[in-house]
Amino acid sequence: MSVWVIADQRNGALRKPAFEALSEGRRLAGELGTNMEAVIVGHNVEGLCNEIASYGAEKVYLIDHELLATYNPLAYARAIGDLVKEKQPQIVLMGGTMTGRDLMPRIAARVGAGLAPDCIKLEIVDGKLKATRPAIAGKVRVEIGYKSDIQMAILRPNVFEKLEPDSSKSAEVEKVPFEPTDLDTKQKLVEFISKETGRPELTEAEVIVSGGRGMKAPENFAIIEELADLLGAAVGASRAAVDAGWRPQSDQVGQTGKTVSPNLYIAVGISGAIQHLAGMSSSKFIVAVNKDPDAPIFNVADFGVVGDLFKVVPLLNEEVKKIKAQEG
Amino acid sequence: MKVVVFCKSVPDTETRVKLKDNRLDKSEIKYILNPYDEYAVEEAVRMKEAGKVDEVIAISMGPERAREALRSALAIGADRGILVKDDALDGSDTYVTAKVLVKALEKDGVDYGMLLFGQQAIDGDTWHVPGQVAEMLGLPQTGSIIKLEVDPDAGKAVANRLVEGGEEVHEMSLPCVVTCRKGLNEPRYPSLPNIMKAKRKPIQDYSIADLDLSPEEVGKAGSFTEVLSYSLPPKKEAGKKVEGEPEEVVQALVKFLKDEIKVI
Repeated sequence: MSVWVIADQRNGALRKPAFEALSEGRRLAGELGTNMEAVIVGHNVEGLCNEIASYGAEKVYLIDHELLATYNPLAYARAIGDLVKEKQPQIVLMGGTMTGRDLMPRIAARVGAGLAPDCIKLEIVDGKLKATRPAIAGKVRVEIGYKSDIQMAILRPNVFEKLEPDSSKSAEVEKVPFEPTDLDTKQKLVEFISKETGRPELTEAEVIVSGGRGMKAPENFAIIEELADLLGAAVGASRAAVDAGWRPQSDQVGQTGKTVSPNLYIAVGISGAIQHLAGMSSSKFIVAVNKDPDAPIFNVADFGVVGDLFKVVPLLNEEVKKIKAQEG
Repeated sequence: MKVVVFCKSVPDTETRVKLKDNRLDKSEIKYILNPYDEYAVEEAVRMKEAGKVDEVIAISMGPERAREALRSALAIGADRGILVKDDALDGSDTYVTAKVLVKALEKDGVDYGMLLFGQQAIDGDTWHVPGQVAEMLGLPQTGSIIKLEVDPDAGKAVANRLVEGGEEVHEMSLPCVVTCRKGLNEPRYPSLPNIMKAKRKPIQDYSIADLDLSPEEVGKAGSFTEVLSYSLPPKKEAGKKVEGEPEEVVQALVKFLKDEIKVI
């Protein structure tokens, strides 16, 4: 009755939410007094087993096949789901990457197990998993209990603490054979269109700088991007800025965009509609810059600046540059 | 080709959540068709208008108010509705929901080429049901799509899915499952005549008995997960607010970012 973590990799690299899931899996296994074991799926990914071991996995199930080189929901769910059915771990965790959110429901359906998504807290109560998650876009918190023997959960990125890896640790690697079926060929990832900006992914970023309607024009986002790059931050946007066509869809934070939980969220020219607050109010610190002193964003801001963003942000950028130069 | 669009009745995005006796207080909530489902309905209706689809069926599981969500889908242009409604369904988790919807599809007997969902319902926010339905039916699935090209004659669909750092382009054979999100299309506002017309379009009701399901297999009894409690998230207190000359406020902000958050 071990704790399992499905370690999400892309292009042969483990993803940040996978480390968070491994760390939380290690913690839960310790509490249950059982093993933490990991599953890795892909092609030519055996090299990642050592890295997984450094997070405390005692065993790694390696499912390596050409057909699994890129994400295939049918094949991934069958490969992992059938292994779960055979080995019967008590808990199965995965980080909430787009793959995790897509794949875990399929696995849960295949196995016939309870699944809680977007979890922000996991506990063991009476020997069983209990999950806490936000619902209705963060407006309410729900505690989920399980009735199934296998208990599955998807972890919200950026919430669970990542352990320091210990490279002296090692794990037993079990190679799991994968036999392709006709079913697997019903779907194929034929192309990846990269939209890399060089900045961190919104859902995984420690710091986010977001702009809203107050930015007035797409070219004005240059000052937001400059601040983001100075802080190593991701760039976000309110729905107003996305609907106006100033920013891409993928940047939208809020109820019909992404839900984010960074350490610091800087809202620039964003009034703070309830739908936007829903997507970002679980940030640890919130800074708001807005010229309207009555903007609702100030009700959730740890630090609010009432002022003209076109004066405040460039000045802020200059000050940050000065400090960085001093620190060399 | 026939397509089925899955619809859910959800609280309006303006809703302020209140609790009563450890449950959601639903007394003042206004319900709408889940906004993500609107993208799915719109996409299906556009396929029909393009001559690729000859029937769009909207299906929902939920209480009586789900009929209004179906009417909204019919007003956008869906042809007929299916409503699975039964008191025994109360407390169903996503696994049971998926199981019931699959049963309803079987009962209807529609020979579908594609099942369209919203990426998520804005109340549960689970993103579960599409993948669970797809797995139960052994169908390919592309979630969170922003582009879709369907060729019913060739039995193929190509969908672009928004992921971290870019788009995955998936090719699928039909029938398949897609989940729709913002960026796929711009859902229309139904015209008044179409809203009136929607009232005359047929909606087939099913109870769980109609689907050969027993009360033990659905609702709380049949679910693998249950909601133990609801709580309101910790209220975020407003912190410092500074006003004044840009130079001064920026100095204060820099001090906050440097000393308290330590990001600089």
